[in-house]
Amino acid sequence: MNSGDTAWVLMASALVLLMSIPGLAFFYGGLVRRKNVLSILMQCFIIVCVVSLQWMLFGYSLAFGPDFHGIIGKLDWIGLAGVGAAPNPDYSKTIPHSVFMIFQAMFAIITPALIIGAYAERVKFSAFLVFTLLWTTLVYDPLAHWVWAVGGWMRNLGALDFAGGIVVHVSSGISALVLALLLGKRIGYNHKPIRPHNLPFTVLGAALLWFGWFGFNAGSALAADGLAANAFVTTHIATAAAGITWALIEWWHNGSPTILGAATGAVAGLVAVTPACGFVNPMNAMFIGMIVALVCYIAVAIIKGKLGYDDSLDAFGVHGVGGTVGTIATGFFAEKAVNAAGNNGLLFGNAHQLYVQSLSLLFTVVFAAVMTFVIYKIVDAFIGMRVEEHNEIVGLDLTQQSEAAYTVIE
Amino acid sequence: MKLIIAIIQPHKLEAVKKELEAVNVNLMTVSNVLGQGRQKGLTEIYRGAKEAGGLLNKVRLDIAVNEDFVEPTIKAITKGAHTGSVGDGKIFVTELAECIRISNGERGGIAIG
Repeated sequence: MNSGDTAWVLMASALVLLMSIPGLAFFYGGLVRRKNVLSILMQCFIIVCVVSLQWMLFGYSLAFGPDFHGIIGKLDWIGLAGVGAAPNPDYSKTIPHSVFMIFQAMFAIITPALIIGAYAERVKFSAFLVFTLLWTTLVYDPLAHWVWAVGGWMRNLGALDFAGGIVVHVSSGISALVLALLLGKRIGYNHKPIRPHNLPFTVLGAALLWFGWFGFNAGSALAADGLAANAFVTTHIATAAAGITWALIEWWHNGSPTILGAATGAVAGLVAVTPACGFVNPMNAMFIGMIVALVCYIAVAIIKGKLGYDDSLDAFGVHGVGGTVGTIATGFFAEKAVNAAGNNGLLFGNAHQLYVQSLSLLFTVVFAAVMTFVIYKIVDAFIGMRVEEHNEIVGLDLTQQSEAAYTVIE
Repeated sequence: MKLIIAIIQPHKLEAVKKELEAVNVNLMTVSNVLGQGRQKGLTEIYRGAKEAGGLLNKVRLDIAVNEDFVEPTIKAITKGAHTGSVGDGKIFVTELAECIRISNGERGGIAIG
């Protein structure tokens, strides 16, 4: 056991919580119309409550419990039975098992929260709750097991995903796209772009995401060591590169650099460097940031408009596309010189790593898409995923939460 | 009695107020409004989606005056709000049927000032 490692991972766990609330909550909350801002904050907040309990009761055991044929964890650790102060050497010899568990809990929380961006402004709260619980149990927990748990089949295959490019971002991003397609567009989406109601909130949220992401990525080293430092540095560099790259592309393409663009670019950079941060050097992290800004810009500003689906807050465009770029980029830029426990990528003579990354990516995409489709159909049949037209027009704050964010008259 | 409604550039409010006070017109209601005229709106861009001609911020003044004050009021607003370019705004003058001071029930011209 090491007190430095334990202190850092505890701190990192709190940082990852900060990403969900208030980071993501305000990033998304600022982007919606004023009549829906509380529904976003509520969804983010309640996900923290619900998924934390799911994780304690059985989610952690499904994801990280003793392996069952590489597919899922056995239920030996339900209710956190046996998950205490003693380290679990399978995951980290130097921190209490309960610290590893709570760090991972924060990942399980933010992943379904990212999906909120796809169904924002039109989802029924009750359906959202059931969907989130089912999705976390049936999509997130198995995926976390495949990629990160001892015995998980993608981990055995050699897939590299340092902090959750596949598990967190590709899975939530693809599910977001499927949901956006199934739910349909918001009323009025076709006729005019829907303006964000409070961009300062969005920028504040993006900045908190950036800050919290150091816990997400550098914390994934599970130790306060050189590898954590590398992840911290590459995370920062990729984000900085993506933020400025997006602003420059926009300046050239649309005539103005926007703060929403710079913030969106930075988040795309954070997403893309997530699987790579513990395997690449700072220079290549910069390239990853520049590449992801370009690719996500094309996805969000050009392709989305042409295809016409309403991924309201670009959960797919940023997390799905950014996570894909990061997962593939890891297969290019990974090097053993950075992390001996990792592997070399194509750039360092190991084309096989690119194949492993692509295969894992493909499986994740298919799995997340199919499962999301099935869960959607079930929840939609029993509860109905979308609010009634009248409620959508009035706004989710008043119709789902019975409160209003802002008063116009005292 | 007339009701004068003026739509002006927000940054001209202080100048207009000063001109109105100079001609002894001290009572007004001020509100933030959105609008567009010949000036047209500016283009806004959100994640690459361009929105041309969004409405512009304007300030609206509602001023009730007795007949003697109509021309001085119009002149004061014009003087304070004028720059000579499109977007300076407009002044509308309409008949005012009645005016009641809530505190003491006075009616008509005496209730205006």
